[in-house]
Amino acid sequence: MWGRRRGRRGGRSAEELRVRRREREAALRKARREEQLVSKRLLREDSAAEDGAQDGADIVPEPLSEDEVLELLRGVQRGSEDRKRSLGRLRWALQNEETQQKFVRLDGSIRTLTGLFTSSLAELQLEAARCLHELSHSSVPAVAEACLPVTSYLLTYLSGHSLELTELCLYTLGNLVVESEAVRKQLLPQGIIPVLASCIQSPHEAVLEGVGYVLSQLLQAKEAPTEIIPLVLDSLLPRHMLPLVCSGLKAGMGAAVEFAWCLHYIICRHEDNAVLLALGAVPALTSLLLDLASQIPQGAPEGLELLVCPVLRCLSNLLAQTGCQGQDGRLLIALFLILQCFLQHHPFLVQECLWLLNNLTADDPFFCSALLSLDLLPALLQLLTCSQIATVLVLTVLCNVAEKGALQCQQLLQQPLLAQLLPLLTLPDPEAVGQCLELLHLLFLHCREAAADFTRQGGHQALEQHLSTPELQERAQALLDMVRQPPGAPSACQATLAVFS
Amino acid sequence: MRNAHCCLAMLPLPPGLHLLLREGLPPLPQDPPSPHPPQPAPPFTFAPRRLRLGPQHPLFEDGDVHRHLYLQGVLTSLEEVAERPKVSEFSCHISGCSQVFDTLESYEHHYNTLHRNVCSFCKRSFPSGNLLDIHILEWHDSLFQIMAEKQNMYQCLVEGCTEKFKSSKDRKDHLVTVHLYPADFRFDRPKKVKSGSKHTSSPREQGSSVPMDVSVEMAEQFQGNPMETGPEENMEISQPAASPGPLLPEKRLYKSRIPSTICFGQGATRGFKGPRKKV
Ligand SMILES: [Zn+2]
Ligand SMILES: [Zn+2]
Ligand SMILES: [Zn+2]
Repeated sequence: MWGRRRGRRGGRSAEELRVRRREREAALRKARREEQLVSKRLLREDSAAEDGAQDGADIVPEPLSEDEVLELLRGVQRGSEDRKRSLGRLRWALQNEETQQKFVRLDGSIRTLTGLFTSSLAELQLEAARCLHELSHSSVPAVAEACLPVTSYLLTYLSGHSLELTELCLYTLGNLVVESEAVRKQLLPQGIIPVLASCIQSPHEAVLEGVGYVLSQLLQAKEAPTEIIPLVLDSLLPRHMLPLVCSGLKAGMGAAVEFAWCLHYIICRHEDNAVLLALGAVPALTSLLLDLASQIPQGAPEGLELLVCPVLRCLSNLLAQTGCQGQDGRLLIALFLILQCFLQHHPFLVQECLWLLNNLTADDPFFCSALLSLDLLPALLQLLTCSQIATVLVLTVLCNVAEKGALQCQQLLQQPLLAQLLPLLTLPDPEAVGQCLELLHLLFLHCREAAADFTRQGGHQALEQHLSTPELQERAQALLDMVRQPPGAPSACQATLAVFS
Repeated sequence: MRNAHCCLAMLPLPPGLHLLLREGLPPLPQDPPSPHPPQPAPPFTFAPRRLRLGPQHPLFEDGDVHRHLYLQGVLTSLEEVAERPKVSEFSCHISGCSQVFDTLESYEHHYNTLHRNVCSFCKRSFPSGNLLDIHILEWHDSLFQIMAEKQNMYQCLVEGCTEKFKSSKDRKDHLVTVHLYPADFRFDRPKKVKSGSKHTSSPREQGSSVPMDVSVEMAEQFQGNPMETGPEENMEISQPAASPGPLLPEKRLYKSRIPSTICFGQGATRGFKGPRKKV
């Protein structure tokens, strides 16, 4: 199931696919900035193309006229032998958004579908469910709201035993839920949370994945923090979600991905996360990352990044709350192996990993010294120029280490650190430059040698160019003052060296 | 300049990390506590901070976009969709039902819809085990009516709600007002109560509110089941098995039986003695 929905090529060339992906990506970025990021999933059999084109993917049928839609509806309502064929044609036609709108405006159209959907004629029931599913995919809220009368039945069939029908109902609900607040407002009293809590105990991977999808859609609603998350945390869902995420490597990647995103939506929007912490979310997610990293040499399964991303986020946000006391040091190793694994094909994970690395090393002497003694600095420095966000995060992690004192600064300076910081001072991003100045300050503070080295490498000019930038000028000036100090007084760095050499 | 570096796909990691991951970290050198100022000295502001990030943080943009590309099916996989295996046609093994199938999935759907949650007393079929349990209790348990005189016995149909009511009418009101169920919820049909009993609802009214009576023809077809002619029907799914009429849309060819390897575990009907475990 997980594989089934990872998209298909449908006979298109690689170039067409790339163009399509770029367009979609741009649209998604825009939507996210407007806080309108919603997506729907479509379960569509290949046989959907039976009445139309050969290549089922992506060929949307032409809109039908009002009369044609009415005729289809009549055909479906008539108890004739080819009702099933009419229903199939209707399902095909409903792939078109205009046809969808014309259909829901027709008197009795949803009632007819509801009747067939709740009927005992197994094939018609499935076909009616597929029609409702097509409607749920509409991006017009009025279409989703036309489906309001059918939500109680969609929930009823979730407790049924037909896998295919359950799956259709789940994805239909998941789609309706993001389109309309009215639908959500109705589904909560209709008991969607307890129904999902019992479905999550299903032995079927496909059902679990669908449950995760519905839940992830619900949790993204704007009213989720007040209306939905408390209900979810009060239910049996959390205790089932966590093991499903953690067993994703062995069985059920699709479900693990969905529930990992659910956890992320809860954790990043909820204040205390006491329920999840009490269920052992931190050790569970930590050991998942360890397992995952240890399996990387055998080859990462396709789509693993979709699981890793939310798991990193959950752990990072939880550790921000709890601190890292008693954390397993192997997490640091796992993190770098994960970085290595995804650097090339999914560079977006770099910033997520670095954020976790910051949360591990901030104010934590153990992880700082592990970073140094495991010889992970060269790898960290290589990420310095990966992306704008990565630059700031790597610098922040280096500051976390440098802040620990002279010995740590000295170990940092065994790398060609200053030579790598100098070009960063010319970056246009004031946040990166500012963080670079902070790091230089810590290095100079603990190790006067570093200041002298920096001058030798031409650091003066690099600092002077920021004397006119408002948010940087004070710090640049302070560093220049430090650099210009006569090298008479012994620095902390030299003193420490004397003790330990 | 910035992205050029990203092409360096390998990190200079030290050897032996996998071993350490398995075996655990060696004891780390104990750093002496260093006397450093805990507060940043102005104009410098750095202090180590663990960051909690909210849903709209820019750091999440790339990952969120990737997640949604996946949801929208744009992360194209090279694998093509696996065809559902076709098997030679076979028919349903439940006696009285001889519907024919050519895929296991279609058989499974048929079986689960029509034969899974079946009342052993009246052969009605229900969409879920919960609704079947409630049906058996309310329709076939002789103690139920007696107990219902004394206490609230009609359970709410919504999963997770523990409310009970003294009549099915009260339950219906509750379903409509509290759970926003449709007033004509199809799986909440009261038992026809023998004349003389207190709460009689007009069965005709009940019948006319069934959402599927969208046309005369359709109603005819659904009513075609001799077992379901009583007005109290319709809390359940009708059983086409009992009425193999020419109007039924699915093929009814008598063909080979189901392959013996197919097993759906549980018995087809359920009464008081049947297995109660939900699957
Ligand atoms: Zn059958
Ligand atoms: Zn019965
Ligand atoms: Zn209730």
